[in-house]
Amino acid sequence: MTFSIPNIAFALPEMVLLGFGCALLLIVAYVDRAPQGSGFIAYWFSQATFVITGLVIFQGMGGEGGQTFNGGYIKDGLSDILKLAICLINMVVLLYSRHYLQARGLFTGAYYILAVFATLGMLIMVSAYHFLTLYLGLELLSLCLYAIVAMHRDNKIATEAAMKYFILGALASGMLLYGMSIIYGATGSLAIPEVAEAILSGSVNRVVLNFGLVFLVVGIGFKLGAVPFHMWLPDVYDGAPTAMTLFIATAPKIAGFAMIIRLLAEGLGGAHAHWQTLLIILAVLSMVIGNLAAIAQTNIKRMLAYSTISHVGFILLGVLVGTAEGYAAAMFYVLAYVLMTLGGFGMILLMSRAGFEADNITDYQGLGQRYPWFAMMMMILMFSMAGVPPMVGFFAKFAVINAAVDAGLMPIAIVAPKTFQWALSVNALAVLGLGFFPGALLALCTRIFM
Amino acid sequence: MTAIALSDYLILGALLFSLSVAGLFINRKNIIILLMCIELMLLAVNLNFIAFSHFAGDIAGQIFVFFILTVAAAEAAIGLAILVVLFRNMSTINVADLDQLKG
Repeated sequence: MTFSIPNIAFALPEMVLLGFGCALLLIVAYVDRAPQGSGFIAYWFSQATFVITGLVIFQGMGGEGGQTFNGGYIKDGLSDILKLAICLINMVVLLYSRHYLQARGLFTGAYYILAVFATLGMLIMVSAYHFLTLYLGLELLSLCLYAIVAMHRDNKIATEAAMKYFILGALASGMLLYGMSIIYGATGSLAIPEVAEAILSGSVNRVVLNFGLVFLVVGIGFKLGAVPFHMWLPDVYDGAPTAMTLFIATAPKIAGFAMIIRLLAEGLGGAHAHWQTLLIILAVLSMVIGNLAAIAQTNIKRMLAYSTISHVGFILLGVLVGTAEGYAAAMFYVLAYVLMTLGGFGMILLMSRAGFEADNITDYQGLGQRYPWFAMMMMILMFSMAGVPPMVGFFAKFAVINAAVDAGLMPIAIVAPKTFQWALSVNALAVLGLGFFPGALLALCTRIFM
Repeated sequence: MTAIALSDYLILGALLFSLSVAGLFINRKNIIILLMCIELMLLAVNLNFIAFSHFAGDIAGQIFVFFILTVAAAEAAIGLAILVVLFRNMSTINVADLDQLKG
């Protein structure tokens, strides 16, 4: 009997993270009885976990890559960079959310356990090379996120948001799985490279394949929050406590991007023409509706949620081009998006205090007078989201649109910047204008109630 | 007696799946029914996997089903936990009462 040992080194970061996560579980279980709670220890322990995992990833970067665990797992350039980004982003997320959690009595070990295991799910998704691995990583991430949103138990709105998130997230998983099952039937395999091979060989029944593909794309659309599957996203971003919103709005999007690349680009690359049409609809609708709806919002978290929807449209635009250039542009976009969102929600966390959420746009009136420096930072972030040149948001949009134009998708490339620039620029300038010249809107608001 | 064909299984799976999706969207009364619909959806997928796996002679689909069942149990646990928290806060599990958020 032959016996082959899988190359464990390729999955070392996940194993380190899992080990530390289990250790954290034990520590929190024992320390939780202490009067000051387990938050402090759990916080530093999870930060250390992310640092060590990041170092392990960094050390393995650029080294040999390949598949392991019978082709269920892959380590390549994409997985290295995305994993490192996830670890770094989550470190910053924990740093930003600490004071918010402390002020609301949520600074417990449970949050950090969930954050560490959600990160594990993200890393597994990024490295998954088999439908099963991908599904398990996705569920590990999703289940942790549902619990994170529901963590503020006495908060009615947060529990309602958690319920909506749970129902629609489970629906998305179901759609994704149904698509996977049909594709499994069409291609006879669950491993992503074998699926790709079967499709390229041309022996696959196209009708069955496309039927599965539709469900797969709908599932992805739900998970990422692309229009018309976006209705949960503003509610969850708005309802969840801001620290939790920060967590679910940043790193999981990187994992979602990896899921798109693994499933559509690498697995179903041979059916590109079919999923391109579907993604065009999702991308254009997301960009247009995301931006238009953002203008009407009075709540800054809802506004950022709609901005997320339009960013998802851009990421999909990069992916649907289907060239290496397009994928690279989409990857750059997702990293830039995460950086901007981190700043945007971080600013809300900075402005919030115990009993004050700072989630209305009017709360930012006079920011320029009270905190000129932070008003300046807010301006930079909003300009970056709108795509004004010296910021990263511009280069990300430029790269995506450039890839689309190069691939001959001119009409969509035109829709994208037009709506985006005027809509979100107006929005961002409105926010900025409120910061510097609060008088006009304040007068308007006063008049309404007088 | 004629053997049951692959298409029969697939039609049954598709019917169960449609039933669960319809249940998710039409039901306005009870959140527990939503959780049941989610379970039904995963079972429909399981049926698909087993049918394809059996007819293709490939064992991987059946292994997948074990994992789906496990994950479905975890998902139900979290869903019911959120439901308990929701009931404590709002004293109702009526879907129509979940209206504090605008969507």
